[in-house]
Amino acid sequence: MIELRDVTVRSGDYCLEGISFQVQAGAYAVLMGRTGIGKTTLLEAICGLRRLVGGCVLLGGVDVSTWAPGDRRIGYMPQDLALFPTMTVQQHLEFALRLQRATSSVVAARVAELAGLLEIEHLLQRGVRGLSGGEAQRVALGRALAARPALLLLDEPISALDADTRRTARQMLKNLNRQTGVTVLHVTHDQEDAELLGDVCLQLERTSAGRVQVQSSGVGL
Amino acid sequence: MGSGAESLPVKLDGRRRGVSRDAVFFLVMGGLSASFVVLIVLLLLADVSFTSPAAFAAALRKPEILAAFRLTMLTCTLAAVLSVWVATPLGYLLSRFRFPGSRLVDVIVDIPIVLPPLVLGLSLLILFHQPFPLTGVFGAGWKLEDWLEEFAGFPVTYRWPAVVLAQFAVSCAFAVRTMRVTFDQINPRAEDVARTLGCTRGQAFLQVALPQAWRGILTAGTISWARALGEFGPILVFAGATRFRTEVLSTSVFLELSVGQLDAAVAVSLMMVLMAVAVLLFLRWLGAGMST
Repeated sequence: MIELRDVTVRSGDYCLEGISFQVQAGAYAVLMGRTGIGKTTLLEAICGLRRLVGGCVLLGGVDVSTWAPGDRRIGYMPQDLALFPTMTVQQHLEFALRLQRATSSVVAARVAELAGLLEIEHLLQRGVRGLSGGEAQRVALGRALAARPALLLLDEPISALDADTRRTARQMLKNLNRQTGVTVLHVTHDQEDAELLGDVCLQLERTSAGRVQVQSSGVGL
Repeated sequence: MGSGAESLPVKLDGRRRGVSRDAVFFLVMGGLSASFVVLIVLLLLADVSFTSPAAFAAALRKPEILAAFRLTMLTCTLAAVLSVWVATPLGYLLSRFRFPGSRLVDVIVDIPIVLPPLVLGLSLLILFHQPFPLTGVFGAGWKLEDWLEEFAGFPVTYRWPAVVLAQFAVSCAFAVRTMRVTFDQINPRAEDVARTLGCTRGQAFLQVALPQAWRGILTAGTISWARALGEFGPILVFAGATRFRTEVLSTSVFLELSVGQLDAAVAVSLMMVLMAVAVLLFLRWLGAGMST
């Protein structure tokens, strides 16, 4: 389970104040809100890339607010995917496992498992420069999932894909959530994404007083 | 139809006027551009026509010129390696972080670029020979040069290390600029993602940012090397121009000129031109690789 309690985070002059919500373990939560309202800032705060000014982030009931990003067991997939241009697809899948000093056999088994799950076996030896949007997205997803995170943060993961690829990607994300049991927090602008994927919808809204708050709506929308 | 037929000559006329306006544009821009290109070509032609291949070869066989060539290669390479070694972390820090005084550091790094070369040499000389009031630590009147000579056994001023230091002081500033631009062009989010996957900042730098910066590192090294090759003023003041000791190619030109050996001065100049052209071609090749 992930819980935010009165989280305050700054991005330049912009400030999100007193953000609170919780998502049950294994749920697929969709985070929506207008452009520039602070969705990406919030994701960065959850995964530890942005320091909290106030409040706390709890994962499985443990306060991880002061933990280093790599200690939180969070997989993060930014909007631009941020693949590593000098690495092959296989090196992307191995990256987190190598940092954990996993044995070669464990690494090989996990890479094979992920490649099968994401249907990227044929891409393993390729660099990432020539990948299509859908392929790159699956590689980024595999990289984020490799170390079996407890929480997966997806920042508009399918917004740049064409309609067909998007449909497939939605199905893949939902399957991943069901098969691996990973809790997902998925930022999107697309109402259709929210309706088809979300168990829970979190809406970042600006109140008449100018504060941003989270409205949560229930299972199945 | 009628209106279309009537308007056609007007359109054509407009196009013709556009062509003539473009001709003026290209004439003016091309003329101004050509003036500089022609000047450089004339300079090179003048150098080439001044000497003969035989005189060129004879000048380059002189032992003092060969010694200067060897010292130039050594000092330029050392200065370039040192510059890249320092510029890579500094360029990364300036690109990625806003820390107290970062703007000041940014300005300080540029000072050697705008400082008159002789002033830089003089400043180095003063730094190494100025007595510092470090009474508590080393005693009154402590001098850096004396300390280096007596305790480290490594005197600098008027020796070859002074050549390297004078070259480094300028070329490192250019390397820092290059490395900063290099890291500005590399997506910092990849390093952020690496940190969420378990990297420390150091690991993210070494495993994600640095491999992407290899062309920038090569460019910074090449620019530093080229800048060191052309350095003259600070070397003259801080290292002197002693034959077989601190003479590099740029000071060779000066020394040959000062004793009236114009042939030798031109031969060394042409040699430096060839070295500079080789560096420029390498940089162009790197640039082409970067753009693809």
